[in-house]
Amino acid sequence: MTEWLQKPWPWYVAGPLIGLMVPLLLLIGNKRLGISSSLRHICAACLPAKIPFFQYNWKKEAWNLFLVAGVLIGGYVAANFLSSHEPVLVNEKLLSELQQYGITNHDGLVPTDIFNWPALLTIKGLLLMVAGGFLVGFGTRYAGGCTSGHSIMGLSNLQLSSLIATCSFMAGGFIMANLIMPFILKL
Amino acid sequence: MQVKETNTDFEVRSLDSSCPNSSELTHPWWYNFKYLLAGILFGVILTKAEVISWFRIQEMFRLQSFHMFGIIGSAVVVGVISVFIIKKYKIKTIYGEEVHFEDKPFNKGLVIGGLLFGFGWAMTGACPGPLFATIGTGATVVIVTLVSAIAGTWVYGLLREKLPH
Repeated sequence: MTEWLQKPWPWYVAGPLIGLMVPLLLLIGNKRLGISSSLRHICAACLPAKIPFFQYNWKKEAWNLFLVAGVLIGGYVAANFLSSHEPVLVNEKLLSELQQYGITNHDGLVPTDIFNWPALLTIKGLLLMVAGGFLVGFGTRYAGGCTSGHSIMGLSNLQLSSLIATCSFMAGGFIMANLIMPFILKL
Repeated sequence: MQVKETNTDFEVRSLDSSCPNSSELTHPWWYNFKYLLAGILFGVILTKAEVISWFRIQEMFRLQSFHMFGIIGSAVVVGVISVFIIKKYKIKTIYGEEVHFEDKPFNKGLVIGGLLFGFGWAMTGACPGPLFATIGTGATVVIVTLVSAIAGTWVYGLLREKLPH
């Protein structure tokens, strides 16, 4: 059993489990699955700065902060107790492509060659980690949700707006990964 | 001048002042620990699914693997069926409340914000859930990315009135 748990879970196991988070949260407290709104609550709690968008009772949404704290702990639990510590098996084509850009270490979940503390002082690192993070926070709130809120929860409720958002997420990702990233990785 | 506040936020429901389901129960704060447990479960699944791997995300956007599409697709199928069953049989929450759904209207932010988030997703290899989970796995530098994402959310809040919606 533990051996099975330690192997990477195939998509047809992990996907449905992610889908089950939707009814779980609905039934234990009428909550909609969503992660990115936690970033808004953190702003409202720490630095509302009289901005109308952050003037609301964030304590009422505290459940969401508990949820994301749990996600962080879950990452710790999975990495330390439920992992075989094998590198993720990705397409060889991707690996040889990344090799051109000096990304040879693919043992971890992040490419440690370019995602590390000293790399924050390089243009490439700044763009990927800092500007990239900024776009995640800005874009998800502008779109009113992220992959969990729109692509999982919203689509589960057959919301047209969530379908539009999901297509936009994917389009943005395709443009960045195929057309812009090659230039950033060359830096 | 009265500014009409329309909530375009899909994940935040307590902001809907006109929410017809306003009879929401109030519980002591420690009831929130059940969401911590749900979060732990979600974090474990995201990690074991390799959804939080930067490499998996690059693979997805280069159409080099079915893995991510299989995950999102099967998650949506299970989600759709679950929501359908909850609606059809009017299944109540564990506190006996009716489960409430609401549709949000179209706004331009879905496309513009969606594209911007897509850029960030490909660059960082993480959407918000995986950001938290990746930090948990020990990739401490991702804390910087998370702080930057919080800053991005803050700047959106600051500029919101000036942005097309």
